[in-house]
Amino acid sequence: MSIARFWRETPRRYNLGGSKCTTCGTVYFPPRPVCPECTHHRQSIEKMVPFQLSGAGEVLSYTVVHEPAEGFEMQVPYVLALVRTDEGPVLTGQVVDVDPAQIAIGLRVRATFRKLREEGAAGVIHYGYKFAPADEPGGGPSTAARSGTVPAGPPAAERSPA
Amino acid sequence: MREVAVLGVGQTKFGELWDRSFREIGIEAGLHALIDAKLSSADLGALFLGNMASGTLIDQEHIAPLIADYAGLAGRHLPAVRVEGGGASGALALHQGYLAVASGAYDYVVVGGAEKLTDVPDATATQITASTADHEWEVVFGATLPALWGLVARRHMHLYGTTREQLARVSVHAHEMGSKNPNAHYRNRITVEQVLGAPPIAEPLGVLDCAPFSDGAAAVVLGPLEEARQHTDTPIRIAASVVACDTMALQHRKEFTSVGATVESARTAFRRARRAPADVQVAEIHDAYSICPLIGLEDLGFVERGRAGPEFASGRFALGGTPTVNPSGGEKAQGRPFGAVGVAQVVELVRQLRGEAKERQVSGAKLALAHDLGGTGATSVVHLLERAN
Repeated sequence: MSIARFWRETPRRYNLGGSKCTTCGTVYFPPRPVCPECTHHRQSIEKMVPFQLSGAGEVLSYTVVHEPAEGFEMQVPYVLALVRTDEGPVLTGQVVDVDPAQIAIGLRVRATFRKLREEGAAGVIHYGYKFAPADEPGGGPSTAARSGTVPAGPPAAERSPA
Repeated sequence: MREVAVLGVGQTKFGELWDRSFREIGIEAGLHALIDAKLSSADLGALFLGNMASGTLIDQEHIAPLIADYAGLAGRHLPAVRVEGGGASGALALHQGYLAVASGAYDYVVVGGAEKLTDVPDATATQITASTADHEWEVVFGATLPALWGLVARRHMHLYGTTREQLARVSVHAHEMGSKNPNAHYRNRITVEQVLGAPPIAEPLGVLDCAPFSDGAAAVVLGPLEEARQHTDTPIRIAASVVACDTMALQHRKEFTSVGATVESARTAFRRARRAPADVQVAEIHDAYSICPLIGLEDLGFVERGRAGPEFASGRFALGGTPTVNPSGGEKAQGRPFGAVGVAQVVELVRQLRGEAKERQVSGAKLALAHDLGGTGATSVVHLLERAN
């Protein structure tokens, strides 16, 4: 994946920046330019405003992945879950810092900023959200608690020529 | 709109066809369909080709004219169009062919589906399969297609009490039917114990809950129903051809154990054909993962929501069932060459409706349903086929 392709999504992947329809109030992640909930979709154009997710949510379903997606070979087996955030949007992400046997539907989790994958030994490192149990001290700071600001660009590791 | 009939069918063997190229299998299926329809290539008005990922699988885009060329049709400058819709590419191509004949734009068209998966390593094929889900918001975070269906399976188990054994029964059934199909990738029978003991892929799904990576091609010839008797004694009428879409990512669905695109495409198809699920004797239903046909049976209206697991385990959908499900062996046993699947489903159902399915014949089959799905359900295609008597 090109550096720009990953970098342009950093406000979402690093900081859970979503959007909210000012007409009907529905929250979306990732942000959408048009609100699917509004009967007349065109009315929502230019009425979608940025909305920050807190990162708190609960597990709706989970799977333990043994045949990994590309770049996740070193992490198997890993837990992937559907997490419904407290603001409404459902996110797909890993659940970490927990024994897979302890995962259950309904588990409270919070988003945490982690390394997602590497593109080989000399390639770009991708960062983004994963989830950890909400009551787990080792889960790391939640994304919302960390900072409301969005990184201006890729971190140093991504800027250096590979 | 004119009525459209299937006049001829053809298919290659599905499996690991190491000695055969993409163009070879594509042409074989098409020529068999033409011969079956008692037509020559000079009669054809257009070619539609369903294919999901030739660019990444064999480094070749622009494959519709390639197949037309090697079928000897380049000199006639035949219109040749590729159609892509993830795992539903073949059924989507059939829909385009149906529209082309129904509209009167062309009289006779050939619709092919072809895919060559075994020229790349399995890990690459896994990644290419995942590209039918949302790359930016699912795959980047570690999702594969079986992982996403694993999430659906776990949720279905949680909500409805569906069991791991009931999922296993889906694969056992597929292999039982595949054992009767000479074109099937897998013709071995398997047991529930083998499915449960197989290595995990994305829990609760294991290796034997997942369809294989296969090579293969299938083709049908379509024409106007009013002229069908000139070509065959058993024309098969396309009673409905319906496509529907849903959100690209599973996470954006309102429900995770129901595919809205399937519900919508089935409802519309039955309404247009003035039929109901109970009228169907035989169905080919998307079954790339063992949870898929359970969700499919519920969404298509064959069983009550949440009841597919126990109903399937009871043997209701075995040969002669109500309806018989996946007599070809489905994607699990017949094989899963993505773009070929939707066309091969219809090849099987035409054989069933003609009474030519031999060992796996559903006796008295008059109305058949084909259901093909892309990704986790962003595209669903439903066809209803019936014997035109």
